[in-house]
Amino acid sequence: MDRVRISNLTKYYGTTLVLDDVNLSVAEHEVVCLIGASGSGKSTLLRCVNKLVPFDHGTIELDGVSIEDEQFRNSNELHKRVGIVFQAFNLFPHMNVLDNVTLAPRKVHGVSRKESEANARRLLDLFGMSEFAAAFPEQLSGGQQQRVAIIRTMATNPDVLMLDEITAALDPELIGGVLRIIKDLAAQGMTMMIVTHEMGFAREVADRVCFLEDGRILEEGPPAQLFSTPEHPRTQQFLQRIIEAGRL
Amino acid sequence: MIAEERRPAPPARRTLSFRERALPFVISIVSVAIVFGLAARLVTSATHWPRIKLQFFNRDAIVAAFPTVFRGFLTNMSVWAIALVAIAIWALVLAIFRSLNGPWFAPLKVFAVLYIDLIRGIPSLLLVLLFGFGVPALQIPGLPRTGLFWGAVAMVLGYSAYAAEVYRSGMEAVHDGQRAAAKALGLSQWQTMIYAIVPQAVRNVLPALLNLAVALQKDVALLSVIGVRDAVREAQIYTARTFNYSSLIAAAMLFLAATIPMARFTDYVARKDQERRLQRTV
Ligand SMILES: Nc1ncnc2c1ncn2[C@@H]1O[C@H](COP(=O)(O)OP(=O)(O)OP(=O)(O)O)[C@@H](O)[C@H]1O
Ligand SMILES: [Mg+2]
Repeated sequence: MDRVRISNLTKYYGTTLVLDDVNLSVAEHEVVCLIGASGSGKSTLLRCVNKLVPFDHGTIELDGVSIEDEQFRNSNELHKRVGIVFQAFNLFPHMNVLDNVTLAPRKVHGVSRKESEANARRLLDLFGMSEFAAAFPEQLSGGQQQRVAIIRTMATNPDVLMLDEITAALDPELIGGVLRIIKDLAAQGMTMMIVTHEMGFAREVADRVCFLEDGRILEEGPPAQLFSTPEHPRTQQFLQRIIEAGRL
Repeated sequence: MIAEERRPAPPARRTLSFRERALPFVISIVSVAIVFGLAARLVTSATHWPRIKLQFFNRDAIVAAFPTVFRGFLTNMSVWAIALVAIAIWALVLAIFRSLNGPWFAPLKVFAVLYIDLIRGIPSLLLVLLFGFGVPALQIPGLPRTGLFWGAVAMVLGYSAYAAEVYRSGMEAVHDGQRAAAKALGLSQWQTMIYAIVPQAVRNVLPALLNLAVALQKDVALLSVIGVRDAVREAQIYTARTFNYSSLIAAAMLFLAATIPMARFTDYVARKDQERRLQRTV
């Protein structure tokens, strides 16, 4: 059963074509990594899936129901089921870690404060962040903030988790800790769509890798195949550049 | 151990001698004393100074007028305190109305835009006259008829338009990522406002709001024109009776005693705010 099914998705920003007839399905428990050059439309694709931006043609279905269906008229209903974590963490600076994590469960999902805090502490513990429950975002390192941002989204118990270059703003020594969390989540069977420039990570965690260029999926396949024997010349070029930059 | 020994010793802090520390301080005191002393000398040696002193700085008149002026001043300060709370709330409501999007919120938005544009274009004095004299004259049953009440309402309505714009600038300064994060977590537009945007906006604009509060502290004296017996009104009454202006000086001193600490406090909050911002960017 496909959790997410994207069919013939097309999007323009003004007159620029940003997504060009994209077809992509993500099965339950599957981890799909999206790779591609800057400006190829990776972020836009994720943002379309949870309606942060509108699209022009095609359909996006969640568990067989179009996200333009009456059921998702109020986009909060969609956001309850599809979580996203951004490159820039975007933690709420005026709340401590615990409040950041419990806000959405309490206000959106109607969980009691006691229950949501217990769940938050369990997640913080699981990801090695329990000692920071009372800390404010500005007291944390970038890597710690990003882990809190992931926990904050996980606390809403989403069916699908989307990650948009969550390690791109981090110092190299902090990246490992964040990626480890994602590998744990993958191992637990979380359905994920991951935009990343960390090819080593994509190779380890992905069930399938999609290469985007100019808003089109040029090539997709299991990581072993796509990384070692890419078919499309553009994919080969892209990977060659990555290797030269020392990131694979 | 070895590593510790190899670490270079921190540079010895250069200690300033007593002379080096005290001299700048002494120089500033002496120069200030000389300049202000000369100025005072110049003023008090003017031919008209005795008359000025008698008319404006008459100690006996100030003491005699003080009790009534002070009672009036308490009126000023209570109006100020109550108006401050009312403005803080009403302006925030206006600012939220103004920044809501979506067809259902359009009437609220239009109302807020019109309100702010209209009220900001009218002089405060005119508002006070309109409300303080105008509304009681309508004699609407069930509504208070005192100038004090309607004058205060005029101040609240007027200042709220300015404060609403201050709030709004604070909301716009909150990073877009905050809105995206709140939305992606499933918060509604309203919840995003209340839990994510407004708390950050208020913190952003606290110094600017406090500046408005200082301005309001003096502007409550406008109520004297509609007959409210505040400090200025009481001082005028005394002046009319004795043809001596020292009571106005007494009122001025009372206002200064309130506004100067308030202004210093505002500076302090602004400085703290700036430190916080600097820390965050590191
Ligand atoms: N709000 C916007 N308005 C107009 N054009 C936009 C907007 N956001 C993105 N674009 C354009 O859409 C295209 C795709 O952008 P997108 O952010 O999806 O790329 P990306 O693959 O995520 O790139 P990166 O790896 O740099 O994050 C780019 O050409 C970009 O300039
Ligand atoms: Mg992007």
